[in-house]
Amino acid sequence: MDAIRAGTDAIDARALGFRYGDREALSDVTFSIARGEIFGFLGPNGGGKTTLFKLLSTLAPIQSGSARLFGHDLEGETGAVRRRLGVVFQHPSLDGKLTVGENLAAHGHLYGISGKRLRERSAAMLERLGLSARERDRVETLSGGLQRRVELAKALLHEPALMLLDEPSTGLDPAARREFWNYLEHLREHEGVTIVLTTHYMEEAERCDRIGILHQGKLVAIAPPGELKSEVGGDVIVIRTEEPEILQRKILARFKLKSQLVDGAIRIEKLRAHELVRDLIDAFGEEIESVSFGKPTLEDVFVHLTGHQFFADIAPTE
Amino acid sequence: MREIFLQAQTLWYREVVRFIRQPIRVVSAIATPLVFWLLLGAGLQASFKPSGMPPGIGYVQYFYPGVIVLMLLFTAIFATASTVDDRRQGFLQGVLVAPISRATIVLGQALGCTTLSLMQGAIFLAMAPMAGIHLSLEAIIVSLAMMGLIAFAMTSIGLAMAWRTESTQGFHAFMNMLLLPLWMLSGSVFPVAGAPGWFQWTTRLNPLTYAVDALRQGLYLAEPASSGATMPMGSSVMIAIAFAAFAFILATRVARTASTI
Repeated sequence: MDAIRAGTDAIDARALGFRYGDREALSDVTFSIARGEIFGFLGPNGGGKTTLFKLLSTLAPIQSGSARLFGHDLEGETGAVRRRLGVVFQHPSLDGKLTVGENLAAHGHLYGISGKRLRERSAAMLERLGLSARERDRVETLSGGLQRRVELAKALLHEPALMLLDEPSTGLDPAARREFWNYLEHLREHEGVTIVLTTHYMEEAERCDRIGILHQGKLVAIAPPGELKSEVGGDVIVIRTEEPEILQRKILARFKLKSQLVDGAIRIEKLRAHELVRDLIDAFGEEIESVSFGKPTLEDVFVHLTGHQFFADIAPTE
Repeated sequence: MREIFLQAQTLWYREVVRFIRQPIRVVSAIATPLVFWLLLGAGLQASFKPSGMPPGIGYVQYFYPGVIVLMLLFTAIFATASTVDDRRQGFLQGVLVAPISRATIVLGQALGCTTLSLMQGAIFLAMAPMAGIHLSLEAIIVSLAMMGLIAFAMTSIGLAMAWRTESTQGFHAFMNMLLLPLWMLSGSVFPVAGAPGWFQWTTRLNPLTYAVDALRQGLYLAEPASSGATMPMGSSVMIAIAFAAFAFILATRVARTASTI
């Protein structure tokens, strides 16, 4: 096995595009991810995350553009790419009829690992993930959280340099999710593993070093979560009312404030907006059903960038 | 090379282990053709005297190899069906992103499913004396080899379809539509000699006919006259091998270009 090529990014993708027939799922997606980074692709369902995951995991062929993983071309050097990649799928990829140990052994064999090295790696992974006592249990008898841990043990067995995870916390309760994340951070700290994941959970995106926001197949922003939030102009006020268009015009006339209409509500971004809330209620209290006021969240970042509500945008496919 | 062997072997092992751990699959795969054989064979024994029957045997004996082929067919369909879902949301996802070629995946799967068929075939073969067929050791070995060949061919057809099909229902519908006529037109159910001309022609074009013929000759190794064979065993075996090889190559081609999205 050739060594990881020095000085290369963990992932370097240029102008990636993908079409399902007539539908464009990804277009002109360019980014690079540094070694040891925890990077999240955030977006609503149908935004292109799953397609991007399939391209990066070598499941789908590169249709246009190019991508390199530690300097190895995804298209021409698939074997080298796959050896460096540990993949955790959204749907279970374990065989429920096999035991935990058998699942790990099958995985090892697929990567050419057998005999003593397989036993050592398998034992080490099981111990680290607290699964040693479960080695002989059939996977179908384990709880969802434990199965997730086996998935992780399996994906790490061949010592990948990059972990690619598709919606890793789906179906995990908050405690299991926290534990899962602690482990990902541990991996990054102690073994320098680069972690790339897709998510539609804001809390999950908050924990990434950087996030890329995908919307309708395009990468609309790429930056650390804090930086993205500071791009939103100060505080966020959302007003619900019977006739938003009319109130929107009145606000513009009275306060010289531009606002957006998102999902039937008026949305205003403004620095130090708490005084504005009072003025708005004084002026239009009769018409207003509710007002919310807050510091920008990643959801606000999404609305700010795309003009769409995060969860109102679910496409029928994916 | 060692790596390919390790990879194929682990996929083979998985098929076998998961089959053994689902007893209902084992029972149903044997019970269905057994019921077919006992009911149809026994019911038709008295009245059904198709022309072209080999001398000295009744319909129950004639139908016996046909039922074995039916069982191999059922096993092939059921064992390969899981590929449809498995590659999108199951075990195969992990295999597809591993450094393993699609041809190796298909090889492991095909050998695994063939083994399942053979395990059931062996049980069925043990019931031959009940059908009044007395097997020598040699006949058992030759019959098992022929069964393995047929199973490998059927499994490969199943895999070629499963790697292309998007839904399990669609897969089952298509496989039944394809394989049942193939089976009926193979001389499994009644002797070809007495059938109308067009039927005889279709039968001759059906590669499965030769595989069934080879199996028949294997079973009746001791009394070749009773096999009702229409051509020398060597030729039948060669055609059966070519059929199995063609089906396997087809399956690897389909798997290589199959969509995983």
